[in-house]
Amino acid sequence: MQQRHQQEAGDLIRFENVGLRYGVGPEVLRDINFNIAPQSFQFLTGPSGAGKTTLIRLLFMSLRPTRGLVTVFGREISTLTAADYAPFRRRIGVVFQDFRLLDHLTTFENVALPLRVIGREESSYRADVVELLRWVGLGDQINVHPPIMSGGEKQRAAIARALITQPEMLLADEPTGNVDPPLARRLMRLFIELNRLGTAVLIATHDINLMNQFDARRLVLEDGRLTIYG
Amino acid sequence: MADADLAHRLQVAAERRRRRVGARRSNQLIPESSIAGSALTMVIAIMSFLASLTLGAVTLVRDASSDWQLDIRREVTIQVRPVEGADIETELARAAAMARLTQGVSSVEVLDQAQNLSLLEPWLGTGLAISDLPLPRLIVVRLGGRNADLAGLAARLQAEIPGTSLDDHGAWASRLRTMAGATVAAGLLILGLVFAATAVSIVFATRGAMAGNSHIVSVLHFVGAEDGYIAREFQRHFLLLGLRGGLAGAGAAALMFAVIGFILVPLLFGSDTQSLSVLFGRFTVGPIGYFGALAIAFVIALMTALTSRLTVYSQLAENR
Repeated sequence: MQQRHQQEAGDLIRFENVGLRYGVGPEVLRDINFNIAPQSFQFLTGPSGAGKTTLIRLLFMSLRPTRGLVTVFGREISTLTAADYAPFRRRIGVVFQDFRLLDHLTTFENVALPLRVIGREESSYRADVVELLRWVGLGDQINVHPPIMSGGEKQRAAIARALITQPEMLLADEPTGNVDPPLARRLMRLFIELNRLGTAVLIATHDINLMNQFDARRLVLEDGRLTIYG
Repeated sequence: MADADLAHRLQVAAERRRRRVGARRSNQLIPESSIAGSALTMVIAIMSFLASLTLGAVTLVRDASSDWQLDIRREVTIQVRPVEGADIETELARAAAMARLTQGVSSVEVLDQAQNLSLLEPWLGTGLAISDLPLPRLIVVRLGGRNADLAGLAARLQAEIPGTSLDDHGAWASRLRTMAGATVAAGLLILGLVFAATAVSIVFATRGAMAGNSHIVSVLHFVGAEDGYIAREFQRHFLLLGLRGGLAGAGAAALMFAVIGFILVPLLFGSDTQSLSVLFGRFTVGPIGYFGALAIAFVIALMTALTSRLTVYSQLAENR
């Protein structure tokens, strides 16, 4: 993975004068300028409704800006074809606030999903998935379905799913929003460990106390504008 | 103690079995229960049944028409009209002799007066003194092959025996061909409509299934699944639905053909199936009808899979 990062000389993601509006409504994001460098760690914060989730959706290419340039892995997204999206998305792991685990699949199957959709045989990844589940503390929940898991367990399963393909970048939307403080700190240590291993991490949170515990760049969204600290 | 041990082992075996079945079910990314399968299977079965029935009816009419045309082509009729000053019996004998000498003729039968009158009975009834009327007489000429020199015979008859004419039943054969062609065309049109209706039903069902599973489609997208992968997941379900419905409908139609052909017709008409066969041939659907029904089942299954695949692609493109 380190070698892959060295090959990417530039930023993983770059926003230049990006604006976004839904339909004919007012702009919810205005003049956004920032970059995400390889192996960087940053928080995205701001009051509720400031547009954090919208910005994450832009980062993940599930929305397109109404103006400005978004460059992902060196490609401006307006030049991407329909077939380009899947390979680009595989390079980004996403943890959603509502987990988005599939209830009819076991924890193992949920976490293995990114490998399954690229056609890997289960025998080739079984050991890796089990090891990752143990690493996030879900070694005894391998064959459990999400409906009977706690919020913290679901959160860790969602994180494991985002990490299983060793993405170059991890986006996490309020990953500690549904867990108690001790588990939140444990999850944060998990993200920091992941960052040490070479993955760029962006965590969206409005938990000031949590951010104060870590020395990291902060992207603060307020009234649709972004200010960068650190 | 032994009973308790046995009960425990049975419980463990049941749990393992449940897990195996559960694993197989959960292994599907799109749960089977999330697709309105039974309603669509029923629609596909009905469509497959109607399509198979249409095909069976078309083959029945086509076979009957073919039999009729074959019968018509095997015979021609010479009509000898009474001409003043000529003895009709002599003229009949001459015409029959001419026919016998013609290439490709296998037999010649001069219908006597009684046979002639029996042909008129349906129109004129019985008991009429019509023997004195100057009725034309008929000679039935049976042909051995297709190379009979009918044009030559007609020319010789007209030249040598005044008041004779040769009827090769060409007008009837032409009408039968037209009728059979129209029936086949109507059948094909109905088949096309049935297929179109099936496709429309599948489009709606696929859209419904995608809407019901939008959260799964969304997850598949963000974990990096390509459109083709998602389309294949839906297509697999719809192929199985199509196969189940198609085979059920075609099977029901094949069963109906068999029941009508081998049980109902002999039961209702007894030994008098001969009169029925004059109109409808053997009144049984041939192998083409049965194999056609099977082919329809597979065509509908493939069409179901393909339609769902294209619908998924189209929906994903719309939602992008």
